[in-house]
Amino acid sequence: MQITVTVNGTEYTRDVEPRLLLIHFLRDELGLTGSHWGCDTSNCGACVVWLDRTPVKSCTALAAMASGREVATVEGLEKDGQLDPVQQGFVACHGLQCGFCTPGMMMTARWLLDHNPDPSEQEVREAISGQICRCTGYENIVRAVRWASEHGAAEHREPAQHVEAEVTA
Amino acid sequence: MTATEEHAAPIGFGRMERKEDVRFIRGHGTYVDDVRLPGMLYGAVLRSPYAHARIASIDTGAAEAHPKVRAVITGATLDTLNLAWMPTLSYDTQAVLATDKVRFQGQEVAFVVAEDRYSARDALELIDVTYEPLPAVIDARHALDPGAPVIRDDKEGKTDNHIFDWESGDAAKTDEIFANAEVTVAEDVLYPRVHPAPLETCGAVADFDKITGKLTVWETTQAPHAHRTLIAMVAGLPEQKIRVISPDIGGGFGGKVGIYPGYVCAIVGSIVTGKPVKWVEDRSENLMSTAFARDYHMRGEVAATRDGKILAIRVNVLADHGAFNATAQPTNYPAGFFSVFTGSYDLTAAHCKVTGVYTNKAPGGVAYACSFRITEAAYLVERMVDVLAHELRADPAELRMRNLLRPEQFPYASKTGWEYDSGDYPRTLRLAMDIAGYEELRKEQEAERARGHLMGIGVSFFTEAVGAGPRKHMDILGLGMADGAELRIHPTGKGVLRISVQSQGQGHETTFAQIVAEELGIPPADIEVVHGDTDQTPFGLGTYGSRSTPVSGAATAVVARKVRERARIVAAAMLEVDAADLDWEKGRWFVRGDPDQGKTMTEIALAAHSTVELPDGVEGQLDATCVYNPPNLTYPYGAYICVVDVDPGTGKVSVRRFVAVDDCGVRINPMIVDGQIHGGLADGVGMALMEVISFDPDGNCLGGSFMDYLLPTALECPSWELGATVTPSPHHPIGAKGVGESATVGSPAAVVNAVIDALAPYGVRHADMPLTPAQVWRAIQGRPFRTDLAIS
Repeated sequence: MQITVTVNGTEYTRDVEPRLLLIHFLRDELGLTGSHWGCDTSNCGACVVWLDRTPVKSCTALAAMASGREVATVEGLEKDGQLDPVQQGFVACHGLQCGFCTPGMMMTARWLLDHNPDPSEQEVREAISGQICRCTGYENIVRAVRWASEHGAAEHREPAQHVEAEVTA
Repeated sequence: MTATEEHAAPIGFGRMERKEDVRFIRGHGTYVDDVRLPGMLYGAVLRSPYAHARIASIDTGAAEAHPKVRAVITGATLDTLNLAWMPTLSYDTQAVLATDKVRFQGQEVAFVVAEDRYSARDALELIDVTYEPLPAVIDARHALDPGAPVIRDDKEGKTDNHIFDWESGDAAKTDEIFANAEVTVAEDVLYPRVHPAPLETCGAVADFDKITGKLTVWETTQAPHAHRTLIAMVAGLPEQKIRVISPDIGGGFGGKVGIYPGYVCAIVGSIVTGKPVKWVEDRSENLMSTAFARDYHMRGEVAATRDGKILAIRVNVLADHGAFNATAQPTNYPAGFFSVFTGSYDLTAAHCKVTGVYTNKAPGGVAYACSFRITEAAYLVERMVDVLAHELRADPAELRMRNLLRPEQFPYASKTGWEYDSGDYPRTLRLAMDIAGYEELRKEQEAERARGHLMGIGVSFFTEAVGAGPRKHMDILGLGMADGAELRIHPTGKGVLRISVQSQGQGHETTFAQIVAEELGIPPADIEVVHGDTDQTPFGLGTYGSRSTPVSGAATAVVARKVRERARIVAAAMLEVDAADLDWEKGRWFVRGDPDQGKTMTEIALAAHSTVELPDGVEGQLDATCVYNPPNLTYPYGAYICVVDVDPGTGKVSVRRFVAVDDCGVRINPMIVDGQIHGGLADGVGMALMEVISFDPDGNCLGGSFMDYLLPTALECPSWELGATVTPSPHHPIGAKGVGESATVGSPAAVVNAVIDALAPYGVRHADMPLTPAQVWRAIQGRPFRTDLAIS
């Protein structure tokens, strides 16, 4: 089937199998390998991307479900050579080690800060509680999100060039 | 303000942001599944649904007829290449693809190569295997029963499931102390089967070039050089034609040390099809077939005086190694370094006996940051000290303080043959108690108990032995455990360091550059660290057992010092003085007594490549190489205190606080050290409270997905409270000891001790991990269950 998906502001049209998972569409069809696959069961969150501005686990969404919609991935976080404060926070606070969970964590963190610019530690923990990190014990991820909150989350612009559109899936 | 501006990078040791983060935060890491080659095909493994069954037939016809399938490989195919079986890291054999029987659920049976991922999976469904199920050995405690099914009947003359017996210490002296002791305690302690479960599963991309005969394999491996040698031995390919590339690795924790059948199948698939073949396992395959950890059934005994002086420890272990003995540890240590079970205490005698057995479960045993089984040892001794405290009605922290080795006893010869290098244990425990406010916590606990609340305080103190190891004693499959380093200093004074170890997130590109910076005064940003490619780096055994800093870090310091000495000769020629008259300050040689007369490393580097006349016999340039053979292991240690609250109505445990004071010697980058500890503490909470791979009586794996194999999230982890003491290793060039596994080793006991302490009002003395709500509830009822088997 033919689908058209906007990813990080760029429109892609591809012929895909109806069963193709969104994560494999992004990684194998578009070569956007920043989002990772980790578990198949929606537990780990290494595959978190935004679908119409909402974090989803792309291992449990079909590429077809994204047709006509907007996807934002880690590759879209940096704008005009300027790192997102979340990306800066992860570096400043050592919020990553192996880096495998990092893209998904950052996408959730960006979403959290867009909706709650000054989250408490507990609110950060709840926001990332659907995702697993095996390296950091979460401590520095929480600090990284707090760092981003304190360093300009307010000036942040949307990762995807957002077009107002209701979900039509 | 950018992140970088906030923290200036030190020229040497100190907090510094990681160099590798630049790519990871942009999604530009390159993990194995990110590798994409022209014409690449995809492989998938068909696995056994049975724990033990004879294979009557395999029909691959329908799979081969699938329009997108390029090859179907079975054990019979591999048999013609003499590849159906491969050697394990413990001198056993393991089936690559089963020929005669399947021996655990999830074992590899066939391999399909197809044009895309999904078609490869589709074709697995078309393979028709006829199995004849056999009775399975699931409970290790019955593996040696007379009449138990013989799992390894592939081994000629094998009539039972026994693998090895191994012992350490002085049995006679230990028995004598026990016979005369005022107090003895004993407890059966299970360290259940768990799994390292790195977020990235295992995988490989194999690319065999038929014309040049060159095989390039991208692999999720912590030990690329060892893999290259093993591939050469297994596949019979010339080693100079094999290039193993370990790109970015999404966590390893010991699960990516061994060679898995999938890697071999990808290589064979590429040779057969003439195309690159990618194989990446899914999460269930990862949890059900790759290296598990622990599965030690231990009986611990402690002999002591009535006033709390520990005299001797005696341990018997039944070790469940699964269907193939594939543990990854030094050859002479079939139970790894378990004999460090004497812990941090001054004993009169100690003895342990370990018996390894086969069962119908996945192979493995040494993984998950276990420091070659010190995790099991540390958990046992720290659990047993609490059992003794329970018996003596003593405070567990005071009991430990009473028995800890004293600083003046170092270097300390342990009763099982280890030489602890350095330590000030009481200082570290005291610091942990101060940070926790230990005495106040005990008062609070008393008040909570009076209100009927279950609050628990758990203490653990651990000593590790890491940095394997002296090649005289330690090898893996005959390969001595030394590591190489090469340092090139370019004419402009920038450098490239090539190392044999392989980061899985530990930040080697940063810390190893910092070691060079410390030794040569060249900023870390100017040192590129190359690793993970056997064509570009010197030989060495890789990263596991917390060995990177103790071994490869030492190699890096030594090679940098060689460069420094070469620079001294060049500087002397530039300054027209005798090299012996020069002194060093970071980054510069200068004339003794005339500090203004000197040359910086940048000036020296250019001169070393220039026309400056050098003394006879001096080659010019500054490059150097080194192979570091550690004289001893290093012995990091730490004191941990955990505070928990238990809901008596549900058995649910909440970790309220966790204090960790680690002494890993000199800290190269304290930020990274703290990060390593944070991760290990989360492991400890996971293992203590939720992680287990258990089985039903038929051998069905009950931990085969993240729905069943539970890992701690941010909500189960508290905000870790860290402290540090620094006692340098006297024999390591920079005094560092290694830290990667410390917290995983030390933390489970603190959590479990805290939960058992919380349950003291119910008279509970022990319950096995994981302390799930169900297990805690049963312990409260006085009936804790075995966590390794399904509840019947």
